Amino acid sequence: MNAQSPAAALSPYSSSNGKKSVSETHTLSVLVDNEPGVLARVVGLFSGRGYNIESLTVAEVAHAQAQSRITIVTTGAPATIEQISHQLERIVPIHRVTDLTLLGGAVERELAMVKVKGKGENRMEAMRLSEAFRARVIDASLESFIFELTGAPKKIDDFVELMRPIGLVEVSRTGVAAITRGPAAM
Amino acid sequence: MSKMMTGAEMVVQALQDQGVTTLFGYPGGAVLPIYDALFHQTQVQHVLVRHEQGAAHAAEGYARSSGKVGCLLVTSGPGATNAVTGLTDALLDSIPLVCITGQVPTHLIGSDAFQEADTVGITRHCTKHNYLVRNIEDLSRILHEAFYIARSGRPGPVVVDIPKDVQFATGLYSAPKNIQHKTYQPQLKAEIAKVKQAVAMMAKAKKPILYTGGGVINAGPLASTLLRELVKLTGFPITSTLMGLGAYPASGKNWLGMLGMHGSYEANNAMHDCDLMICVGARFDDRITGRLDAFAPHSKKIHIDIDPSSINKNVQVDLAIVGDCGHVLDDMVRLWRSEAHSVDKKAHEAWWEQINQWRARKSFAYKKSETTIKPQYAVERLYELTKKRNTYITTEVGQHQMWAAQHFHFEEPNRWMTSGGLGTMGYGLPAAIGTQLAHPDALVIDIAGEASILMNIQELSTAVQFRCPVKIFILNNEYMGMVRQWQELLHGGRYSSSYSEALPDFVKLAEAYGLKGIRCSDPAKLDDAIMEMIDSPQAVIFDCLVDKTENCLPMIPSGKAHNEMILPDADEDIGSVIDDKGKMLV
Repeated sequence: MNAQSPAAALSPYSSSNGKKSVSETHTLSVLVDNEPGVLARVVGLFSGRGYNIESLTVAEVAHAQAQSRITIVTTGAPATIEQISHQLERIVPIHRVTDLTLLGGAVERELAMVKVKGKGENRMEAMRLSEAFRARVIDASLESFIFELTGAPKKIDDFVELMRPIGLVEVSRTGVAAITRGPAAM
Repeated sequence: MSKMMTGAEMVVQALQDQGVTTLFGYPGGAVLPIYDALFHQTQVQHVLVRHEQGAAHAAEGYARSSGKVGCLLVTSGPGATNAVTGLTDALLDSIPLVCITGQVPTHLIGSDAFQEADTVGITRHCTKHNYLVRNIEDLSRILHEAFYIARSGRPGPVVVDIPKDVQFATGLYSAPKNIQHKTYQPQLKAEIAKVKQAVAMMAKAKKPILYTGGGVINAGPLASTLLRELVKLTGFPITSTLMGLGAYPASGKNWLGMLGMHGSYEANNAMHDCDLMICVGARFDDRITGRLDAFAPHSKKIHIDIDPSSINKNVQVDLAIVGDCGHVLDDMVRLWRSEAHSVDKKAHEAWWEQINQWRARKSFAYKKSETTIKPQYAVERLYELTKKRNTYITTEVGQHQMWAAQHFHFEEPNRWMTSGGLGTMGYGLPAAIGTQLAHPDALVIDIAGEASILMNIQELSTAVQFRCPVKIFILNNEYMGMVRQWQELLHGGRYSSSYSEALPDFVKLAEAYGLKGIRCSDPAKLDDAIMEMIDSPQAVIFDCLVDKTENCLPMIPSGKAHNEMILPDADEDIGSVIDDKGKMLV
């Protein structure tokens, strides 16, 4: 079940506010205690309440304090996104939820590995494009490359689209990691 | 005080230190060490239920009627899964519970061992928080934390899953101290500027209404006192959700009755037409709001809630105040007094005049009968004959529950225990047992339906064993009445599986348990029969044979607005009221 499905929007019980608003994409940064089950709580909240997850990254960020940061990219009406933040805050081992999109001025990066197959001119074209995108070759064979590319998700989308006609085999992406600009912590 | 002891002993010690005197439970392989530790002490009384769901509901009844944390102990696997319905019920109604579950030893977790279930996985969605205790060093901290989380902020159920090897292990027990949890810190005091703003809005309102809920009850008896004071100061009309009944007395002159799907005509119309709604500890549930895009269309809304996620969830409000209802009401009363606010008297008079016109519609009225007992009449008589006593009411779920809410009147908080959010049939009897154990000298009545009562009828054994003189008052219409009513509303009166076939003889059933059974079908004999029930020193099953076809009205049909109620004397065919969109709803 998807909170944004047309059926839900038409229900007389659905929020009148939700109906008129357009869907937005937000990046949420969630600082959690790194304990068993915490990721399941977060993911379960999204599936249980019908929220969307576009991407999700998680890793320990402070070993001594045993804290991890989960970065979630989600889409929904502004009211739904506000609701997601509040629902996340209810989870006991969560320290802090920051809506980076609402806050503004955050830097977002994603890493991708892109496997491309090809010979001859296609091989040359792939190399030329990778230089333009500042992608690195991390593996090469006589008929393939693996490119490593870091950037905003849009840049990776663009690169992948360019590789498709050349001989794209497959892509592995990390999902978005994000942090606020300036001296202050999130 | 730190002391070496086994995990099982720590559990019992922690219960004692947390002031638990009654523990509902059912033993099994994975909790035997804890049961052995219970055997060696008398401070915590263990109440043996007959099914773990009963343990959870009994703990809920105990908690809701006493304001304490309800506690249960069940074994691994089926013990834990049986408790899940009760935990979910407690989550939706914000009832503080601590549920201790046994688990297979840590080295067997994940091996599909006998009576193994992923308890923390299963209960993650139906608890406020849960723990799997893998190390004895963490056990006493987690136990104390569980009680703190269950009772503070927006209360709820907490599960502590303890593997059997941890119960046998020895470690250092530390007593509870003032917990300052590193992440969980509910906001109790509201921003005073916001309360000021609310008070200013209230002073200006011409058609205000207070809409209160279970949050006021959960905030403790003082919150109810403050609510009454606020109503007295402002003269505002007040209505409440099912969960909030009793916070403001039903005899109070500003009381409009319950609102929502089966609420009063005056409460729902006042909600629809108000210019200022002050929601205190309620959550704009779909049973309350009806059609959302037609919900109180001309009003400003203030929402006071301890849970920020309740705010703007279903209804966008103009002023959100995050805080404990008791604290906020205290601030409101103080500010109203100190700033010497007065109201627009003329506007209020006109508003009350309008409300009184709605009141005059007498929406809870029903056709009296001299030959059959009307279910409303039965609840009415039950109320009249018990109102001078120290009475607590629990219910099951269905028509009888709504009739109880409409026709039994509550003067105090914590007197009304019902399954609101989850709507769990089978809640009432175990909840009555829990309530009776918290209030041994009180008159505890489970207003039931003949279908619901059978869902946890096994708990009669518990009532007998622990000498709980609970009175089970069954409004027996031989139907799952609310299902039948909705089949009339939505499905052309085709009563698919809603007839209560093959019912037991409830009088003989009572006698089989050594209890008293009473049957009554004559309105003229009802009073005497009710008195006989009340005067009995033991538990009673009262089989009240009522009108089989009565529907529960008034009603906001699904998908309709507050001002589109079906009234009891409406001559329209109720099968034609709900449109296709409404039929999709629950």
